[in-house]
Amino acid sequence: MTESTLLSWIVFTPLLGIPVILALPKEKKQLIRYVAAITCAIPLLLGVYLYLIFDPSNTGIQLAHHFVWIRSFHIEYYLGVDGLSILMILLTVLISFIACIASFGIEKYLRGYFALFLLLETGMLGTFCALDFFLFYVFWEVMLLPMYFLIGIWGGPRKEYAAIKFFLYTLFGSLLMLLAIIALYFNSNPATLVDGTPVPHTFNMIKLITENDFANAPALLGFAFSKIVFIALFIGFAIKVPIVPFHTWLPDAHVEAPTPISVILAGVLLKMGGYGILRVNFGILPEATVWFAPAMALIGGVSIVYAAFVCLAQKDLKKLIAYSSVSHMGFVLLGIASFTEQGITGGVFQMWTHGLISPMLFLLAGVIYDRAHHREIEGFGGLAYRMPEYTGAIGLAFMASLGLPGLCGFISEVLVFLGAFPVFRTLTIISAMAVIITAAYYLWTIQRMFLGKLNEKYKDLPDLTWRERFTLYPLGALIVLLGIYPAPAMSLITDKLMNILQMFHG
Amino acid sequence: MTWDNLPSLYPVLVLALGMLVVLVAGLTRAGQRRETRLILFIGMATLALAGVAGAGLSGATEISGLFRSDAFSRFVLFFGLISTALTLVLANNSREVAGRRMAEFTAIILALCTGLFLMSAAKDLLMAYLAMELVSLSSYILTGFRRADRLSHEAALKYVIYGGVASGVMVFGMSLLYGLTGTTSFSGISKALTGASTVAGAGQVGELAVVVAGVFVFAGFCFKIAAVPFHQWCPDVYQGAPTPFTGFLSVAPKAAGFALILRFLADIFPATGAHEAKWPLVTLLGIISAVTMTLGNFTALHQLNVKRLLAYSSIAHAGYMLMGVIVLDTDGSAAVILYLIVYLFMNLGAFAIIQLVSDSSGSSDLPAFTGLGTRAPLLAVFMGVFLFSLAGLPPLAGFIGKFYLFAALLKSNQFWFIILAVIGILNSVVALFYYVRILREMFLRAPAGEAPAAPAVPAVVMAVLALLVVPTLIFGVYWEPIRSLAVYAASALNLM
Repeated sequence: MTESTLLSWIVFTPLLGIPVILALPKEKKQLIRYVAAITCAIPLLLGVYLYLIFDPSNTGIQLAHHFVWIRSFHIEYYLGVDGLSILMILLTVLISFIACIASFGIEKYLRGYFALFLLLETGMLGTFCALDFFLFYVFWEVMLLPMYFLIGIWGGPRKEYAAIKFFLYTLFGSLLMLLAIIALYFNSNPATLVDGTPVPHTFNMIKLITENDFANAPALLGFAFSKIVFIALFIGFAIKVPIVPFHTWLPDAHVEAPTPISVILAGVLLKMGGYGILRVNFGILPEATVWFAPAMALIGGVSIVYAAFVCLAQKDLKKLIAYSSVSHMGFVLLGIASFTEQGITGGVFQMWTHGLISPMLFLLAGVIYDRAHHREIEGFGGLAYRMPEYTGAIGLAFMASLGLPGLCGFISEVLVFLGAFPVFRTLTIISAMAVIITAAYYLWTIQRMFLGKLNEKYKDLPDLTWRERFTLYPLGALIVLLGIYPAPAMSLITDKLMNILQMFHG
Repeated sequence: MTWDNLPSLYPVLVLALGMLVVLVAGLTRAGQRRETRLILFIGMATLALAGVAGAGLSGATEISGLFRSDAFSRFVLFFGLISTALTLVLANNSREVAGRRMAEFTAIILALCTGLFLMSAAKDLLMAYLAMELVSLSSYILTGFRRADRLSHEAALKYVIYGGVASGVMVFGMSLLYGLTGTTSFSGISKALTGASTVAGAGQVGELAVVVAGVFVFAGFCFKIAAVPFHQWCPDVYQGAPTPFTGFLSVAPKAAGFALILRFLADIFPATGAHEAKWPLVTLLGIISAVTMTLGNFTALHQLNVKRLLAYSSIAHAGYMLMGVIVLDTDGSAAVILYLIVYLFMNLGAFAIIQLVSDSSGSSDLPAFTGLGTRAPLLAVFMGVFLFSLAGLPPLAGFIGKFYLFAALLKSNQFWFIILAVIGILNSVVALFYYVRILREMFLRAPAGEAPAAPAVPAVVMAVLALLVVPTLIFGVYWEPIRSLAVYAASALNLM
């Protein structure tokens, strides 16, 4: 393994684990679990190594693995990282490993489960590494398939409905994206492939960003090219984020999915939308982005406020957390739409912090579901006396999610507000008010579930097990650590973002 | 015609001869299992020989202005040979066909295969008509092959009636074309339409007359590819025909139909100096494309029988492929050809698995597939690959096929082409829903009562399945060879 193939190893190691797992006899459940965990641990270690050799002062693409894939259509195999993608890759390998450990409780069709799980991991990592638009699309779509089965086979009572809803929503968005990709390709300037062959058009995302200006491309369907392509791409990404009104697949998918898949869904999949908007919409179509920014901020604001109110009405703990995800991903849009340094930094950092906090929340919801077999908030009470450790963990996660200073959610939200305030004054004030609602629904939930009189039915609930600790504590530690000292993550973000900002401020 | 041109007819001669040998062998030695094997062997040997004869050809040869052997028709030849060979193996292992009547089946399907090649090679209205009738008549017989089954009878009768009407209408259109131009040769018609003909008294032919004639001719073509409004035969025939033949029917005659349409359009309306009736006719095909895929997909949503469901899906796929036809350039035709290649693997594969399931459970309704994921995991996974490929999801070959169709449409940046592409995209979302219904039965649900036994899979059928699954996977990741092949075949049409 050389440095140039490091990314390919990270992306495809999970895939290599699939035949091994399928070859094991299905009775050896524990062995299958360990093999899966090891297969997930390798990309995690490689990811740490990637972080160590990554040069944050270099704003270009690093560690590229680049060769011609389909010459007749100028498609290349091109993986590479910069400050934006490395954050997402680190998040993905970490969350995947934790979700894999959390999957140890799965009993049904183990081999199939882990095979699909690993395929999903490859799809996610590939999406964040791919710098060829065609390759990006292939990885993007590869995730749909395992996700459908993971929700559909191992999910809750309404799994069939939730799985197909997720599938159709995302497919609709991504097919719009496919048309936009083809349109961008045919309107791109001549470029060269990596081996120097001149070609009339290119899928190379970096070339599309730096050497193309689509502002003057011929109109499409009578609309300005860059605007209509922007909207097609934006819908594709926004469905994944998700934004109101394209969010309705998310609560269903989350509630029905098994805990580890909820963790992946909230921790990584939602981030793909934000990543795509920053990488593709901002990078390739800056003029259209400026044109669309107020709408994007508004969509973000609406998502924040609307989802927060919806949270207040939730009776199911997991559904509450799902809607809070919609609310918190709204901050990402609001932040990046402002084009200020703090705003974009805050938006990207929000993706990271939400990627740590919401997996923890879903794990915690899974803990109580495993014990009580329901998640009705009203059905509990006084759990703090029985499960002090669990209560502490959920308290930490709730506080981090509502933006308590000292925890990492605070930093990203403050940055978003600081950045967005000078640009969208009213909207920012309204959105900031929603934080109060956030505090309200979290505190009210704590009160109903953990304080008050102990529900006699649950007086024998055991506290956290070691496996649960193993998944929860690293996340908790990172949440606290990045809340006090966010510099390691920030240094990766800022340099890259200077690039993006330069596009808008000349 | 001179003797020098004879080699380009070798594939036809070999196939015809092979058919006769099979017939005679079947008549004299009907019966035992060993004889069935002999028949199968003769059939396969004929196909292989025809392949060898075809592989020896190069360049383009035209015979008497009737028949043109070039890269394009040879592509259809090989397409037909491969699908026939796979079908023969599947049929020999099927309950519906195998046994003492294998000789009949083999002989007729060889005749059909000859017709496929002739359809794609036709350069003349008469030749095109004869070739199409050869294909149609063989198809009618094979559809009604299950003598004891009423569904099979009904399907064959419907097929004959619809087919008779469609080909009657087509012949009427052809006679109009002949009346307008005084010739039946494609290139002659093209010249006469624009007044470039040397025939005395010939002038520019009016647009309306050509459009009317073209519409009638397309009626026959659309029947062959099962495009709306000539699709009604398709679900009944697919359901009633023996399953191995249904798979064949959904792939090979459709490919030949597309080949004929492409050849006809390319010859009648050449890249330069085309008659003005070109655009009305192409617009009509565009509308047919949109309606065909929409109707096919939406009707498929409610089907309870998997063969019927895939019949509607194959109607929708004809709609997708028409998107590539109307672009009328090399890119568009290459996209259609690429799609056909991919379609061969995924659709034959899906029908092969239906055959296994319905042979073991006696039914091809959706419940027969319930819990297949636990009963026969490998088959279910294969079926999943075929269905996801049909739905056009990467990294499977079906996605590549669709990608090139959309790319061909978007390349020109014309308003209606883009609208058509958007309609195609929306249809792909709808299509996913019904493919997933089969997957849901296989993987997400457990059988209600007692589970039917797992289908027994003979080794040779497993080999055929592997031959179909592997390309579906490989061509989704590396498709340079089939893309070059498609461009090579399409460039023989001399479009732009």
